[in-house]
Amino acid sequence: MSITRPAPARTRRKESPMTAPAPTDVALAVRGVTKTYEAPGRSVEAIRHLDFAVRSGELVCVVGPSGAGKTTLLRCVSGLLELSGGSVELDGEPVTGPPPGMAVVFQEYGRSLFPWMTVRQNVELPLKEKGLAKAERKRLAREALEAVGLADSGDAHPWQLSGGMQQRVAIARAVAYEPTVLLMDEPFAAVDAQTRADLEDLVRRLWERLGVTVLFVTHDIDEAVYLGERVLVLSNRPTVLMEDVRVDLPRERDQLTTRSDPRFGELRGHVYELIQRAKAGQRPDGDLPALPEPDALTTDAELEGNAS
Amino acid sequence: MTARLALRKVVMTLALPVVLVAAWWIATADSTSFFWPPLEDIVRTFPETWTADRWLHDVLPSLGRLGIGYAVALVAGIAFGTAIGLSKTLRALTEPTLEFFRAVPPPVLVPVIALFTGYTSSLSKVGTIALGCVWPILLNAVDGVRGLEPVLLDTAQTYRLGRWRRLTYVILPGASPRIVAGARQALSIGVILMVISELFGANRGLGATIVQFQRSFAVPQMWTGIILLGLIGVALSVLFRLIENRVLAWYHGQREIERGA
Amino acid sequence: MSTTIPVAGPAAARARSAPARRTRASRVSWTDVGLGTLGALVVVGVEELITRTGIVDASYLPPFTTILGELGHQLGQPEFWQSFGQTLSGWAIGLAIATALGVTVGVIIGSVPLLRELTASTIEFLRPIPSVALIPLVVLLWGTRPASSIFLVVYAAVWQVLVQVLYGVADVDPVARDTARSYRFSRWRVARSVVWPTALPYVVTGFRLAASVALILEITSELIIGVPGLGRDIGVAQSSGAVAKTYALVIVVGLIGVAVNLATRYVERRVLSWHPSMRRAV
Repeated sequence: MSITRPAPARTRRKESPMTAPAPTDVALAVRGVTKTYEAPGRSVEAIRHLDFAVRSGELVCVVGPSGAGKTTLLRCVSGLLELSGGSVELDGEPVTGPPPGMAVVFQEYGRSLFPWMTVRQNVELPLKEKGLAKAERKRLAREALEAVGLADSGDAHPWQLSGGMQQRVAIARAVAYEPTVLLMDEPFAAVDAQTRADLEDLVRRLWERLGVTVLFVTHDIDEAVYLGERVLVLSNRPTVLMEDVRVDLPRERDQLTTRSDPRFGELRGHVYELIQRAKAGQRPDGDLPALPEPDALTTDAELEGNAS
Repeated sequence: MTARLALRKVVMTLALPVVLVAAWWIATADSTSFFWPPLEDIVRTFPETWTADRWLHDVLPSLGRLGIGYAVALVAGIAFGTAIGLSKTLRALTEPTLEFFRAVPPPVLVPVIALFTGYTSSLSKVGTIALGCVWPILLNAVDGVRGLEPVLLDTAQTYRLGRWRRLTYVILPGASPRIVAGARQALSIGVILMVISELFGANRGLGATIVQFQRSFAVPQMWTGIILLGLIGVALSVLFRLIENRVLAWYHGQREIERGA
Repeated sequence: MSTTIPVAGPAAARARSAPARRTRASRVSWTDVGLGTLGALVVVGVEELITRTGIVDASYLPPFTTILGELGHQLGQPEFWQSFGQTLSGWAIGLAIATALGVTVGVIIGSVPLLRELTASTIEFLRPIPSVALIPLVVLLWGTRPASSIFLVVYAAVWQVLVQVLYGVADVDPVARDTARSYRFSRWRVARSVVWPTALPYVVTGFRLAASVALILEITSELIIGVPGLGRDIGVAQSSGAVAKTYALVIVVGLIGVAVNLATRYVERRVLSWHPSMRRAV
């Protein structure tokens, strides 16, 4: 699939009641995943049980209270983190390390782009690894940069660009890679609100054009409902799935009309309520006492750093 | 840059040095002191002392030895430093030992190596320079690799960059600022060792020549040697800075933007 | 008013704009200590093996146990301790002078932009001049008197301090300085409450770098010129064929170097830990 040609018709879905996805349809299968961090002296159960599937070409968002293990989930799915139990399958193949055909866009855009390379070189690097011919690489990079609106910034260095532009470069790099699955880990959390709106629309546009499967992690409820076809709401730690919310908003979305759509408000309110319940410790597998305030919790990054 | 700004810059750069040199010249003009001959005499002796023969057989071989020893230290330091930096176990195993070897003042290596190879062989001199220069480079390479941005490494991993590509496109460039800092330290150590390794035994070389002047109390000639050595030190430093600016252009640019933020 | 203006300079701005980054654990785990000791023991063990089995001639490199024995013997000799004291005092005096000189000159030059511009080229020129170039001169002037080594130590070490101090003074947040001036702080007070806190980490870093350079030069002048001290003893031991003693003294000097490095790094960490503007020293 190329950046310029729209995706074939079969991946366009009209709204249908939630049915179990047919096996061939599933791009990403998360089956019974558990993750426990073992640190000397203590073990922290980050994910107790997660089980869901993402169909080919879907845009699924993941939200949850702070400390819910969203980043842990993403790192497990991307193969950066070893699972304690269960499995992740990409197109039927089990994920043991970063699989081919998967691209990740991290939150820390500034630190995910290589400062010693230009924007274009950054975008082309994964393509070099893929073994593509020079002409092909150049073409893909050019098209990707055009698609994110950075056609003229190819020769600049990332640190010469603004934060929003840097994140666009990271997105361009992921898009040029032509992945089957695109993982995005709170990519717009560190960006200002105006830029965030632009970037959200960019993601949806690219998703529609490319037909790529997207798993989008965010803490922003509005963003999750605005972007997603489904919203997976996580509980607090140890994480389980609270609910798989279907977003039945029209396919064409824009910041102004969609966000004032009454259905948007209902969905948003529902997700918000779920998260409040999650924070209070309510869970489908039996309630737990509410956890202390978010800043007292150790972040996933800290856990990962201290544990094996 | 306007002509006026350029002129100001030139004046600022040269003002103090010119004043100092003039002061030196005038202060020693009528000097009969043994240690401080007139600057005029020193300048006059310069071309007589540093003949083509001296250049060919003393200065250039010295610099050549420095170059070889430094290059060996660079390659070994980066290679081993990167390997150690990438392995947590290796790092833990070797760190105290390496820190000890680094703490040994380099000139002390001269008598130690002399135990093995004597003083006068080229090998011992090059070996001394290499052995003295390798530590800052090695340890800085370890630090540089260790301090690599984790998100960059994650990115390299998710895009499945192969081992060689990861090394050349991610790890080495990422560690290069620290490696260059180590290389700078190593350069000044190298110059010191280049001179010192020639001070013992009978030798030809830049340091050897200067010491011979001193021992035979040829003071103006000795001064020319000192000045020449100083000029060489400065020239090497300028050369290093030029290379550094090319290699670390991206780093300087990034720091500048961060600083202005 | 004796308030210290909080230095919210570029470092703080940097910290705000970038997401919080987990700091590298600076505490050393027991595994690290164990592995480190193991590594050292392996090196020693290998050395012992290759010298005892004759792979390396023992007249070049004696077994470690022999060296250790000689070291122990030395520790009982008053001459050793005399040399030890001479080395340490030369180092300390030179370092103290270099620090005082470097800080004073650095602050003065750094605070007056005109002086900075005028002296920049001279400093850049004098800095890379290897101190060994001055050895012949120093020999003629003072021979083997301690003044020789102190002069060389000061010459080499002062640049480390000076350059760092200049960086430090340059790093002062202009906003903070202007704020202080707008409150009509006297020049002295501005220096104390704005310039000094910013410059302090740089001064400490410069001190650390100067300390190790000072040791190198002290040993060098003892070795080359013959100023009394451990360096001279090493030279004498080597030329008189006391091989084990040579290595033993080298180890002592290395340990002194390690101690100096650790001590200055510790001081640097302590000073930087409570200092608001965190700098990474290269």
